[in-house]
Amino acid sequence: MNKRAVFKSWWLPVLFALPQLLLILFFFYWPAISVFNWAFTLEPAFGGAGERLFVGFDNFRDVFADSEYWRSVSLSLFFAFTATGLSMFIAFILAICVDRQLKGSSLFRFFYIWPYAIAAPAVGLAFRFIFAPESGLIAVVNTWSPDLWNPAKYGSHAMILVIICFAWKWIGYNFIFMTAGLQSIPRSLLEASSMDGSGPVRRALDIQIPLLAPTLFFLLVLNLTESFVGPDTYGIVDLTTEGGPNKATDVMVYRIVSEAFRGLNYSGAAAQSLVLIGLIMVFTFIQFRFVERRVHYK
Amino acid sequence: MAEIGIKDVRKTYGSTQILHGVDLNFKSGEFVVILGPSGCGKSTLLRMIAGLEEITSGEISIDGKVVNNLEPRDRGCSMVFQNYALYPHMNVAANIGYALKVAGVPRAERDRRIAETAKIVGLEELLDRKPAQLSGGQRQRVAMGRAIIREPKVFLFDEPLSNLDAKLRVQMRVEIRRLHKRLSATSVFVTHDQVEAMTLADKLIVMNKGHVEQVGTPLEIYHRPRTRFVGTFIGSPAMNFFDTTIAAGGDHVLLDGIVQAIDPVLGGQNAGTAVSVGIRPEHCRLVPAGTVNSVPANVDFIEELGSGRIVHVEIDGLSFAVSVEEDQFFEQGAVAGLQLPSEHIHLFSQETGLRLDDAPAATRQPAPKTVAA
Amino acid sequence: MIERTPILNAVTYFIMILGLILILGPFWMIFTASTQSLQEVTAVPFNMTPGGDFLKNVHAAWDRANLGPALLNSLITSLLVMVGKIALAALSAFAIVYFKSPLRHVFFWMVFLTLMLPLEVRVIPTYNIASDVFQPVRWIIQTITGIELSLQWNLLNSYSGLVLPLIATATGTFLYRQFYMTLPDELAEAAKMDGARPLRFFIDILLPLSRTNMLALATIMFVYAWNQYLWPKLMTTDASYQTAMVAMRALVPSVNALPEWNVSMAGALIIMLPPLVVVAVLQRWFVRGLVSTEK
Ligand SMILES: Nc1ncnc2c1ncn2[C@@H]1O[C@H](COP(=O)(O)OP(=O)(O)OP(=O)(O)O)[C@@H](O)[C@H]1O
Ligand SMILES: [Mg+2]
Repeated sequence: MNKRAVFKSWWLPVLFALPQLLLILFFFYWPAISVFNWAFTLEPAFGGAGERLFVGFDNFRDVFADSEYWRSVSLSLFFAFTATGLSMFIAFILAICVDRQLKGSSLFRFFYIWPYAIAAPAVGLAFRFIFAPESGLIAVVNTWSPDLWNPAKYGSHAMILVIICFAWKWIGYNFIFMTAGLQSIPRSLLEASSMDGSGPVRRALDIQIPLLAPTLFFLLVLNLTESFVGPDTYGIVDLTTEGGPNKATDVMVYRIVSEAFRGLNYSGAAAQSLVLIGLIMVFTFIQFRFVERRVHYK
Repeated sequence: MAEIGIKDVRKTYGSTQILHGVDLNFKSGEFVVILGPSGCGKSTLLRMIAGLEEITSGEISIDGKVVNNLEPRDRGCSMVFQNYALYPHMNVAANIGYALKVAGVPRAERDRRIAETAKIVGLEELLDRKPAQLSGGQRQRVAMGRAIIREPKVFLFDEPLSNLDAKLRVQMRVEIRRLHKRLSATSVFVTHDQVEAMTLADKLIVMNKGHVEQVGTPLEIYHRPRTRFVGTFIGSPAMNFFDTTIAAGGDHVLLDGIVQAIDPVLGGQNAGTAVSVGIRPEHCRLVPAGTVNSVPANVDFIEELGSGRIVHVEIDGLSFAVSVEEDQFFEQGAVAGLQLPSEHIHLFSQETGLRLDDAPAATRQPAPKTVAA
Repeated sequence: MIERTPILNAVTYFIMILGLILILGPFWMIFTASTQSLQEVTAVPFNMTPGGDFLKNVHAAWDRANLGPALLNSLITSLLVMVGKIALAALSAFAIVYFKSPLRHVFFWMVFLTLMLPLEVRVIPTYNIASDVFQPVRWIIQTITGIELSLQWNLLNSYSGLVLPLIATATGTFLYRQFYMTLPDELAEAAKMDGARPLRFFIDILLPLSRTNMLALATIMFVYAWNQYLWPKLMTTDASYQTAMVAMRALVPSVNALPEWNVSMAGALIIMLPPLVVVAVLQRWFVRGLVSTEK
C-alpha cells in the first residue's frame, strides 16, 4: 500500500481517520472488550456493584458442559452446510446456463439477482406464508393427510424452512459472483476444448469448475461464515421459527442473541460469542490463504 | 526567471544511494537538459528540485533561497510529466486553469489567462474537451499550458515527449524551444534521448549511476567527452573503442600491429599508460586496402541509411563502425583500409575512465611538492 | 457460443425457466396474496391469480405496522448510513493511502478486524454503550485522574443511535483504498505542483474521480442499511423510531386467529420494495459494487 506521492502533514490523516476510528473504538472495540471481560468473569452475587469476579475458563466449561449448546452447534453445522450447498448448487447451474449467452440470457440474469435485495426477515416472513401449513403453496399436502407438513410442529420441517429461506436469498449473491467468475474465463479456452470434442458437461467439469475454483472457494467460505454468524440467519430464524419448535432451529447466532436478550446469562453468552469470533477468525484466515493462491490464476 | 543552485545533493532510498553528491548551477533563463540512461537518477533530481521528493542531504536553492523545506507550491516551479497527469474529469480549460483556481484568482481574470495560454499552446478550439477526447500531442499541449499559465520561474520537464510518435516528437521539440525563447524562464528538461538533448540544450548535463559525468554545451560534450561513458553515450552510432597502451615515445598506439598516430603532446606525458582509444564512426575513414597509414579491415556488414551508410568492419576481433558518404560503396566480405585521423582520437584512461587531456594537470603530473609556509 | 444444438439450447432454456420460477415464484405469491381477500388467501390450494383487494390490504398493513413513519425512518436512516459510510470510507482510505504515517498500518488493521466482530456477537455490550456513549470516556478519566464526570449521551431511540453504530465500514474503506491505489502517482504530484493542499486535492480531484466507485458503494450500502434488522429492533423501544424492517414483526399473523396473510404480504411487499428497486434499476452499479468488495 505504498504511494510515491504522499502529503506531509501528520495531523491531517489523524483528523481524517478520526471519525471512523472513534466509531470503531466505541461501537466495536469497547463492546468486544466487554465481551472478553464477561466471558472470563462473573457478576458478583446479588447483583452487587463490586468488581466482577475473575473465573478463568469456568464460563466456557459451563457452556461446553451444556448439551443444549452442543445441540445448537450441530444444528448450526447442519444448517450452514446444507443451506450453503443448496444455494451454491442452484446458483452454479443457473450461472452456467446464463453464461451460454443464448438470446434472452441477460433478462434471466436480471431477475436472478433479485433475491439479494430482499432483507432476510422479509424473506422469512414471505416463506413462512408460502410454506404455511394452513395456506399458501404447500398447505395442499395437508388436505391429503393432516400434518404431513407443519414447520410449526415438527423440528425437521422448521429446519427445512429456514434452510430454504437462506439458500433462496443467497442464490442472488452467489449467482453474481459466479457469472463474474465465468465471464473471466477466456472464451478461447472453451472453444479449444470443444474442438477437442468435449460436450457441455465435460467442459463444465474439466474447465469451468477448475477455473472457477477460486471463486467457488471464496463463496463457500463466505456462505459458511454468513450462515453461521451472519445477520441473515438471525433475521430468518426470528421471523419464521424463533428457534422453535422445541429449539429445533436454535442455531448458534440465534441462541446467543436471544440468550443475551433474555439477560439471564451474559457471561455464558459472552463465552459463546468468543467461540464464534474465533470461528470467524479461522474462516477469515482460510479466506486469506486462498486470496494468496488466487494470484496464480490471474 | 531564476537561478538554480544544487549543492552536494544526495538521495538515498533505505540503504541504496541513488544520487551521490550532485553539484550544479543553472543560470537564469538557461535551457538545461539532463541526459542519462534509464535509472540514473534524472527524474529523482528533477523531482527534488520540484519538491516532490525529499532531499536526503545537500541543498537546493532557487534564486539564492534554499528551498529544501518548501512545499512544491511555494517554489515557483511548474512541471510537465511524462504521462501528462491531466485531471481526467476536468475539461481542457479547467485543467489549464486549475492552478489559478487553487490560488484564488477571480473567475474573469482566470478565463482571460486560460484563453491567452490556450492560444500560446494552440488549444483554443479544444477548451471544452476532456483529456480522454484528445490526441497524444494535444494532451501534451494541455500539460504545457497547465505549466505555463502560472508564469513560473522554473519549468521542469520529465521526458515530456517520450510518449509521442517520432514525427510529433520533433514538432513538439521545436515548439518547446520556441516557447522557451518567448517565456525565457529557466527550464530543466530530462530525457534519455540524445537527439532531443543535443537539439534543445543550452547546457547539457550527462548523468550516469547517480553521478554527473559532464556539464557543458552540446558541442563541448560531443567534441570533448570528459569520460569514456560520455563518449559512448553521446553520438550515434556510438563511438568505437579499443584498449591499448601508449607506446614509448608517446606519439602513437598500435592497432593490429600498425602504428596509429596520436596527439604527441598528450601522449608524451602518458607514455606507457593503459588507455581506451575512442573515435567516432563519422571521423573514421575507409580507404582502399593497402593505402598507407591504414589498417586492413574486413567488411562485416553494411547498414544502409540512404544519405550514406554505416560500414561495420572487423580488425583482429575488434569491430568498428564507420559512417561513409553516399558515394562510397563497399562489398560485404571485402577488405578495406581503416584510417583513424589523429586529431579525432579521444584517449581515456583505462583505470579511471577519464579523458587524458581533461583531468586537471595536477592529476596527470606529479604535483611539485610545496612546503607549507 | 459453442454448440448451438437445438436440444442443448432447449435444455438450457428449460433450466433457466425453472430458475426463473424459483426466483420469481415467491415474488408472485407475495404479490397475489397481497391482492386477495382473507378468504381467498386462506384457500387451499392457493389460487395464483391476483384478486382485487390490494389497496385494502395495503391500508390494513399500513395501519397495523404503522408503516408511514416506519418507512420514513427507514429512508432517513438508510440514506444517512449510506452517506456516512461513503464519507468515512473515502476519508479513511485517503488517510491510509496518501499520508505516510506509521500509524496508518495500525488503523488499517483496526478497521480490518471489525469484520470479525459482527453485531450478533456483541449485541448486549453494544446496546450498553449506545445507552451511555461516554461510559468508556468516564471510565478512562476516572482510572487516570480519579475524577468522576457526569457526562452522558444516550443514543437509544434516536436517529443517531440508528445510524452511528452502523456506519463504520471496513468494506467501503477497502474499496476506496483499492480505488486510490489505481490512480497514478502523478495525479497527486500534478495537483501539488498546481498548489493544491491535501484537502483541496481530496475534494477537487479524488472525490469527483471516484464517482462510479461512489455510486457502486451507495447501492450496496443502501440495500445493506435498509435491510438492517437486529440493531434497530434492539435499540428502538419508542415506536416512533421504528424502522420498516422492525415494523414487519407486527405483520406476523397471530397464531390464534385466522392468519391474515394477505395483509402481511401487502406490508412485506411495500417494505421490500425500495432496495429491490435500487438493485433492479441500478443493477450495473450494484453488481459492480458487490463484486469489488471481494478484494
Ligand atoms: N521510491 C523509490 N524507492 C526505491 N528506489 C527508487 C524509488 N524511486 C526511484 N528509485 C530508484 O532510483 C533510481 C533512479 O530513478 P529515477 O526515476 O530518477 O531514474 P531516471 O533516471 O528518471 O530513469 P528513467 O529514464 O527510466 O525515467 C532507479 O534505480 C530507481 O529504481
Ligand atoms: Mg525518469
